[in-house]
Parts: sequence; C-alpha cells; structure tokens
Amino acid sequence: MNTELIGVAVTYLATLLLAIPLAQLMAACFRDKPEPNSRPAMGFMAPLERLIYRIAGIDPDRPMNWKENLVALLTINALWFVYAFFMLLFQDKLPLNPDGNPAMTPDLAFNTAISFMVNCDLQHYAGETGLTYLTQLGVINFLMFVSAATGIAALMLMVRAFRPERTELSGNFYVYFTRAITRILLPGSLILAFFLTLNGVPASFDGEGQFASIEGDTVHVSRGPAAAVIAIKHLGTNGGGYFGANSAHPLENPTYGTNMVELMAQVLLPIALLLAFGYLINRRRFIWVVFGVMTTGFLLLVIPTLMTEYSGSPALANLGLAQPTGAMEGKEVRFGPLSSAYWSIATTAISTGSVNSMHDSSMPLSGAFQLLGMMTNAFYGGCGVGFLNYFYYLIIAVFIAGLMVGRTPELFGRKVEAREIKIASLVALLSTLLIKGGTALAAWLVVQHPEVVGPLVSVHDASNASHADHYHGFTQMLYEFTSANANNGSGFEGLNDNTLFWNVATGFVLLLGRFIPIIGPLTVAGLLANKKYVPATSGTLPTDTATFGLMTLAVILIITALSFFPVLVLGPLAEYFTPR
Amino acid sequence: MVQNQSAPNLFRHHVLRSAIRESFVKLNPVSLIKNPVMFTVEIGTLIMFLVTGYIALSGDSTQGSLIYNALVSVILLLTVLFGNFAEAIAEARGKAQAESLRQTRQETPAKIVATGRGNNPSGNAYTLVSSARLQKGDVFICEPGDIIPADGEIIEGLATIDESAITGESAPVIREAGGDKSSVTGGTKVLTDYIRVQVTTQPGESFLDKMIALVEGASRQKTPNEIALTILLAGFTLIFIIVCVTLKPFAQYAHTPMTVAALIALFVCLIPTTIGGLLSAIGIAGMDRALRANVIAKSGRAVETAGDIDTLLLDKTGTITIGNRRATHFYPAPGVLPIDMVRVSALSSLADETPEGKSILELARTGEFGAELMPKLSTRGAKPIKFTAQTRSSGVDLGTQRIRKGALDAIRSLVEQAGNEFPAATDEQAKAIAANGGTPLVVTENEQVMGVVELQDIIKPGIAERFERLRKMGVKTVMVTGDNPLTARFIAEKAGVDDYIAEAKPEDKMHYIRQEQANGKLVAMMGDGTNDAPALAQADVGVAMNSGTQAAKEAGNMVDLDNDPTKLIEVVEIGKQLLITRGTLTTFSIANDVAKYFAIVPALFITSIPGLQALNIMRLHSAESAILSAVLFNALIIPLLIPLALRGVAYKPIGASALLRRNLLVYGLGGVMVPFVGIKLIDVVVGLFF
Repeated sequence: MNTELIGVAVTYLATLLLAIPLAQLMAACFRDKPEPNSRPAMGFMAPLERLIYRIAGIDPDRPMNWKENLVALLTINALWFVYAFFMLLFQDKLPLNPDGNPAMTPDLAFNTAISFMVNCDLQHYAGETGLTYLTQLGVINFLMFVSAATGIAALMLMVRAFRPERTELSGNFYVYFTRAITRILLPGSLILAFFLTLNGVPASFDGEGQFASIEGDTVHVSRGPAAAVIAIKHLGTNGGGYFGANSAHPLENPTYGTNMVELMAQVLLPIALLLAFGYLINRRRFIWVVFGVMTTGFLLLVIPTLMTEYSGSPALANLGLAQPTGAMEGKEVRFGPLSSAYWSIATTAISTGSVNSMHDSSMPLSGAFQLLGMMTNAFYGGCGVGFLNYFYYLIIAVFIAGLMVGRTPELFGRKVEAREIKIASLVALLSTLLIKGGTALAAWLVVQHPEVVGPLVSVHDASNASHADHYHGFTQMLYEFTSANANNGSGFEGLNDNTLFWNVATGFVLLLGRFIPIIGPLTVAGLLANKKYVPATSGTLPTDTATFGLMTLAVILIITALSFFPVLVLGPLAEYFTPR
Repeated sequence: MVQNQSAPNLFRHHVLRSAIRESFVKLNPVSLIKNPVMFTVEIGTLIMFLVTGYIALSGDSTQGSLIYNALVSVILLLTVLFGNFAEAIAEARGKAQAESLRQTRQETPAKIVATGRGNNPSGNAYTLVSSARLQKGDVFICEPGDIIPADGEIIEGLATIDESAITGESAPVIREAGGDKSSVTGGTKVLTDYIRVQVTTQPGESFLDKMIALVEGASRQKTPNEIALTILLAGFTLIFIIVCVTLKPFAQYAHTPMTVAALIALFVCLIPTTIGGLLSAIGIAGMDRALRANVIAKSGRAVETAGDIDTLLLDKTGTITIGNRRATHFYPAPGVLPIDMVRVSALSSLADETPEGKSILELARTGEFGAELMPKLSTRGAKPIKFTAQTRSSGVDLGTQRIRKGALDAIRSLVEQAGNEFPAATDEQAKAIAANGGTPLVVTENEQVMGVVELQDIIKPGIAERFERLRKMGVKTVMVTGDNPLTARFIAEKAGVDDYIAEAKPEDKMHYIRQEQANGKLVAMMGDGTNDAPALAQADVGVAMNSGTQAAKEAGNMVDLDNDPTKLIEVVEIGKQLLITRGTLTTFSIANDVAKYFAIVPALFITSIPGLQALNIMRLHSAESAILSAVLFNALIIPLLIPLALRGVAYKPIGASALLRRNLLVYGLGGVMVPFVGIKLIDVVVGLFF
C-alpha cells in the first residue's frame, strides 16, 4: 500500500517539476513581443503557421478587441459543430470503416459533436462500435486538438486585463489558437503518442484482430489508430476514450507506466498554463497564490478520497471480509485503488473525464468528492478554461474583500463595479441552474414519466431496489449533469445514457456550460482592460497574499457548498449514511 | 458638536415610535421591491399566510399543524419588519439630527430692503417679512441680536456671528463683505455690528434643506458600490431560488413529503436577509455619521468616494501649522546691542497689524528685555510706513529715525543704495534661518542693519501622527503653501507630509489635481476661497468650508460646518467605515448559511432517510423545532445587528491585508460559528413545544 502511495506522490510531484520549464516555454510561445535578444520559442513552427494564415486568409498582425475575438471564437466553434455532426451522421458511408460500424442516430450525433467540440467528451457510445477510423481521427481527434486550443487561446485573451496598460485590444484569437496547436499540442501529442505506441497501445488502420483465449473462445479485439487519440485526449484534458472502457481498457492504458504518464499528461497543461499566464502578466507572486489555492483545493479532494478507497467497502467489512488492498470493485488490478482514486479526482477536478476505474463503483464519499471536483471546476481546471472559471470566483472574492478593507474593490488596478459583478454572479448562477435544473427535470421524469428518461440501471427493478440503490440512482443523474456542465465527460456509468432525453438534455447543458463561462470572464476582462489603471497604495487590497488566497478559497468552497449541499446530501451522503 | 451628538438621544422615544410606524408603512411592495432580498421574503410571507389560512379553513394536516404554520408566517413577517425597522430607525435618527438643526431657523423674521444697495446707507428702511418668503437675490439687513433668516452672502459690512447653532463652536467668528469669509448661514446669530446680506438660495434649497431631504431618504440614491452589492445579493437570492425550487422534485424522487413551510423557511434562511435588511440602514447611517462630524455630504456617493481617496491636498496655514508664522528669535547684527535690536524691532512692528507683526511685539514683551523696554516704547509722532509691493518693507518714521523691516533682498538693496555695507554675519544668519524653515526679517535703523528676526511656523501638535495614520490608510498627503520651496520642504519634513506645492498659485492646485487624476488617483481637497472653486470642482472629493464663499460651497461636494481643515481625515475614515460595514455584514450573512443548512436539510429528509440524522450535528429536537429555530434566529439577528450597522464597523489603519485577516476572522469565521450556537439555544426552548 505504501508503494501505491509513493506512486501517487511521485506522479504528482513529477507533474509539477515538468510543469515549470514547460510554463516558461509556453510563455515564450505566446508573448506578443518577444523579449529582446531571445528568439521566439518553437520558432521552427513559424513557416507552418504562416502557411495556415495564408490559406485561411488571416492577418496575424491585425489587432482585435475582445468583442471581435469572442465572435471569432464562437463562429469557428459553430463551424466545427456542423462539420462534426454531419460526419458522424454519415460515417457508415464514408471510408476507413473496416469493422462496418453503423452511423450515429441524429440525437447521438448531436450530443457527440457538441461534446467533443466543447472539450467535454461525454460519450454516449462505445468507441469500438460507435465510430469509424475516419471519424475517430477526422472528428474526434480533430476536435480534441481544436477544443483544447480554443481553451488555451481564451486564456491568452485574458492577459491584457491583468497588465497596467489601458487597452481595448485583447490580442489576436487566431494567432493564439494556431500557436496553441502548432507549438504545444501537436509536438506534445507526438511525443506522448510515440511513448504510448512503444508501450503497447495500438496505432494502425487494421480492422479488429482475433485470438483464441485459454478457454478456447475466439475473441474479437478492436484496434485502430488509438495512440494518436489517447495522447491528445490527456494532453488537451479532453478525456474521450478511444475504447468504451476508456483508460481502464488494457489497450488504452496497458501498464502502470502508461498510467503514470497519462495521469501526468492530463494534469500537466492546466498547471503549466497557469504558471505561463503568471509569466505573461508579470505577476508571479499572484499566480503562485492562485496555484496555492488550487493545490489546496485539489488536495482537499484527493486526500479524503485516497483514505476512503484505502479503507475499503464497509458493506464487505460488515460481512467480516478483510480488504488488505482497499476497495477493489471497479478497479483495475494493474493500477490498484490509490492510483485509481487519485486519477478519479484528477480527472474530475481537471475536466479531463477519462477514467481508469469505474466511478460508479467508487465508495459513496469518493463519489461526492468527484462531484465536488466538477462542481468547483476551478482547482487547476480544464485546459486554459480552469483559470477562466477561477476568475469569476476571484471577482466575487475581490469584491467582498475589497469592501471589507474599506475601498471600492479593485483587481490589478481596475475598479470592479456593478457590471463585472453582474456577469460574475450570472456565471456563478449558471452552473447551479444547469446542474440542479437538469437533475430536477430528470428526477421529476423518473417519478412521473420514467419511459422518457429510460431506466436507471440501479433502480430499474424498483421492487428489488434498496434505499441505498435509490440514492445511488440519484447520484447517477446528478453526476451526468454535473459532468456535462463542467465539460468533464466522465460518466457515473450504469446510467443508460444513449436515449433521446439524455442526448438532447446534456447536449444543451454542454453548450451553455462551455461557452457562458468563456464569454463571461472574457467580457469582464475586456471591460477591465479598458478601465483606468489605478496604481496600488498601502490601502489597496493586495491580491498576492496568503490571506487573500484563503479568502478566494473560502468563496469557492462556500459558493459550491451553498449551491450543492442539498443534492450532495440526497445522493452520495444519503447512500453513505444508509447501511446496505 | 457635543450638543448635536446627544441630540438623537433626546428624541429617542420619538425616534423609536416613528421608526416602528415606518416599518409597517414600508411593507408596501412598491417601495420594498427596491430591495430584492427582502421583497422575496415578503412574497414568501404572503404565501405562508395563505397556507395558514387554508389549513385553518380546511383542517388539512398534510402541511403540518396550524400553530406551526402560523408561527412560521409570523416569524417571516417579523423578518421583513425588522429589515424595515433598521432602515426606518436610521432615517429617523438622521431626521432627528436634521430637525435639531432646522429648529434653529424656523420662521425667522427677515428685515428685507427694497433694492440691493439703497439710497440709505444706514439701511434703516426695511420691511419685516417671514424668512420663508425670502427669494434668491433679495437683500436683508441684520443688526446685533438678529437671527440670520437665510443663507446668503454679505454685500456690505462686517459682523461677529455666533455660529454655535450650526457648528456647536461657541467662539464667535467674523464675517465680512468681499473676500473669502463673506458667507453666512441661516439660523446663526449676529452678535455685533451691522451687515447687508444678499440671499443666495431659493427657499427650501439651502444646505440645511438639502441635507434634510437627503437623510429623509426622499432624494437618497444608491451609491455605485451599493448597486454592485445589491446585484451580488440578488445573484445569491437567485441561486437559492433554484436550490429550493429543485428540492421539490428531488423530494418526490426520494418519496419525501415536503411542506410549503419547510421550503419557504429554507429559502428565507438561505438568502442573505441579514445584509439585505441592513443594507440601506448602513448607507443612511454613513451619511448620518458624516453629519455628526458636522460635514454635510451632498450625496452618499461623496462619502463613499472619500473612503477611496489616494491623495489629500491640505493648505499649510490652519491645517498643518497654527495660524500664521510667529517670531521666535532676535539676532542682533555684529556690534549692535541686543537690547537696541529688540527695541528697534518692537518699534518697527507697533503699527503693524499683521499677525507676524503682533508676534514680534509679543516676543519682545515676553523676552528678557520686556520689562525694561516696553513701557518706554512710544509711538507719539510716529508715521507708519505701509508695506508696498515696490519697497517690500514696512516700518515707522519717528522723527529722524527711519525704522524698516523686510525680506532679506529688499533690505539689502535699501542698505546698499544708501551706501552702507550689509554685514556678512547677518546675511549668513538670515540664510541659516531660511534653511531651517523659518522666515528671516531684517530690521534697519536709518539704513543701518540692526539684526534679523526669525519667524517660524508652529506645527500643530499631533498632526504628524494624523499624517502617519493617513499614510497607513494608503493616503498620500500634499501640503499647499505660498512659502518658498526651502521653507516648504522644511515644514513638509517636520510635519511628515509626503509632498508639497511651494509658492502655490490657485492654478497650481488645479494642475496638481489633474496630474494625480491622470495617474488614476482620487484626490480630495479642502478650500474656502472663490479661487479654490475650480479645484474643488475638479477634485473627486471637495470639501468647502462653511465660512467660505458661495462659489466654493457650490463647487465642492461636501461642506464642513466647523471650518476645520483636518476634517478631511475624519471624512476619509467615515467613507471607509461605510464600505467595511457592508463588506463584513455580507460576509457574516453568507457565512451564516452553513449552520442553517445543517439545521434544515436533515430536518427536511429525516423521515424518509433516517441515516441523515448523522448530519444533525446540532442535535436539534425535532424537524419542526429545527425549522422554527433557524427561521427565528434568522429574524432575530437583524435587530441584534442594527446597532453595529448604525455605528459602523471600526476602521483600523493596520494595512489592507491585516484588516482583511481580522475581519475575515471576526465576521467570516464568527459568521460560521455564531448561528450554530444561536440556533441550538433557540431550539432548547422551542423544543419544549415542538
């Protein structure tokens, strides 16, 4: 067990060590004006970028204001949705389909296209049978790159709001977006995919393989260009598995070594991007405080989950069974419960949503922590968008704290006024509305019109279901909407989610849960950047202190707790307190 | 000022009675909708009364007992009333304050003259009218013993005036036509002499009237920070609407019956009613506190802005130093007897009416030769020589004796023109005095240098500490003075101001303010003269002295009735207090929700999910008792916090981070803990019945 714990600690620490130099590299990639006497990082990609700009008719030197950038971001995403939707709808008629997989139904294609466009990767299908090699690469793999790059570019559009110069401009979205792919995601994914291939992950265009098992059965094994998808799936915090079982699948995540690397890959960019952002805004102390808050929040979720999974299932303990290896239900033997517990929090806090164990089988309290990871969605958070989520908590924290020290609240020399508060409040409100509204709708339908929702697996035989099963069913619904809103994509499997209701309902939640938390913070940043800069005095509230960090953490925890306490009580806590 | 502070207590019963009446009047939804938090509570109350009525009529018991529902309804109504009461009492106190000022000027007879400057200079021809009928532009006269009937400007004459009715200061002040001290305020009393005054305001628009309108709430507008906070609170309210509305289907799924009372109680407990109920009271109390400091703020916004001030412009004279410069030393020239030097200096100042001149006489009288010299001094046959811009010296001619005193270079040319030598030792002494922040005055007799008198500014005791306090608040202080840069720097260093403007002309102030504002700073200044008006208007907070000209008072956004230049420091603290009180009570209100969740949520579901008893960490007696206790606590905390809201949370200049830490600990952590204790205590009692 100690070895497992060391494995988790080493994975986390190695991620941090790797993130710091990567952050410096990324800051250099995105700096608008390279520092004197230094060549722009990854400059060898410049010719490729110029080619892209020329083909797309983009003027990379054109300064754009925040509104133009937002329009560009939204338009380009809308185009991908249309493209992806029709590709999925007609994939059976298109080439590269050696296994003869069928087309998607319109509602499933709608859900899947949105899901991958918004970096969520909620999968209401299994990759082996639901997609073709063409759509795996041309839709899934493509959207994984562009959705991650959209998040990174959105973060870069925030930089100007934190700098002293008053400006209406916020950089050029197209340039940030292109560089995110050419200089970071593409090279990173190539290295990662190469490593995965060496460790046994398939990378071929051959159809499914066959072998005879020891029992003498003929087993069909799906294969394909998996390594390419799996690399960006983690690096871009996408999380959509090539195979249905995601990273619990032996071909998607063959060894403890690949497990560590995939874990590191998904945590790496969110941390490195945060630090790079600190270099770009030239406020390192502030960003280390943000990092401290995020890390504290992250550890507050990881540590109790590790403890819960380590102590095993109380139901089994009641039967007198010893569980020396912790809770093993739903876990892969090659990873063990601790690595799986850590993964389950990393993937939910960071909005990757890939899994190496089944969250449905986690202990009830672990389920609560996984949910909390997605509900806060700001402890590191997704690729680029993690800080955007943190930002609206920051605005609220700065406002209340500013009042408490007796000055009109200001953030980095810009006054925070009614308009900014209105937007931040609305964004904070949105996640409550989408998650609780969606779950309430589902709960109401389960009671009144169960045929619409489809059966909840754990309670479909109502006469036989225990109370605890009933609460578990509630958690499944809650988890699905939480995952959709947080653009996470992991599932509390066991929910029969490929139905019209779930496909459409989560589709809309995905869209709103992705773009409102991008539009809101970018608007606030645009407004702030255009305000007069007030230099700090000793009466100004410093935002780069541990005290203010604590304040922000308290705001995050209180807003999350106040919004979601009742549903957590009715789902995982009810299950936890009710003996089976 | 002392009178004014005690005034509200005199009216205490009156204040309470009118506040209670107002609490009910304010239930009117049309006025309550401005406060979204309390408005939703009122809607909840209405629903609860309907439910209670329904139970009473139908005898339906699925919603809980009649008495329980009635109790919840009444407590909710109390919550709204308490919030209204907080606002009403703040308004009533302000009104009482204003009333006590207004009483001094009710229906005073005015001696009105037909035209501005009549043919009759003695001004005896007047008609008596009521002060209420005075129009802007009318001219009235005042004689000793008269109460000045309206705000106005003296156009002729000079008078000593007792302003204690307004300022509380018993020492009479002098007001005269022309210059910066020409303004008189209605309600003050003329003690001596005769003045003609032109009315400067329409009836009902004087400063007092404006102030009364402000505190009566009629023209009170929400300040920018208050609007932003209201939006944030509305946001929280919306979140809790979602939380409570979705609970109904969740309860259905969990096969739990959910009563209307429970849902509404949870909702009212969760929304920030504490700060929602106290918010407007805090704003009114802030202006009221400014009023108690004898500062009339023209808007709440001005008080709030004062808390944000980065730069403070202060006139040297009267603010940093006591009045004018005073003589501190006589330095005889080489070969001149000290006693002769003192004698000549005293003679030179006998006809000098300036404060500096008087201080030279004062020093001569109290010095070592005083007893010997002073009786012998005679001005018989003396011909005083006035200061002119050409000679830049003054003095006296006594027969053949020509005594002069003046600035170093003026006297030097005088002496050298007469062919005499200017002693090097005196020159050095004069320069040494200047370098020490003093002003050297060289004295001559018959164009022979007798010596040099040192004039020094006396810095007000305790002023350095006040500047230190301002520095800790993050406010930069700037001294404005007409002195030369050398003197200015010396005094600036000694008093501890951060910057100074030397040899300042009015446009220099303006320039400085603009420059600071261009750097994003908020600037406050105090002024009284007409030539200060543009700068007062340009400054973010301009405090005009009540003794100042009408133009200055109109340009500023605050008027200081005490004419006390250090008042700005208090105003800054009042502004900060206002924001801090809002911030801390918001934090407290939201932190309270944690305990309320732990009280109510287990209570809601405990019948269908018995395991949730584990979450009932307060061990509340029953579900009904838990809900009643939480709602009751939620209502009672509002009146308990009214004194704090009115008094304001203290501001301590200990640095922003330390202040945040302190307030987070007291109001954040305290806000989490207090309701656990409070709800448990109430439950002990309520649990006996439910």
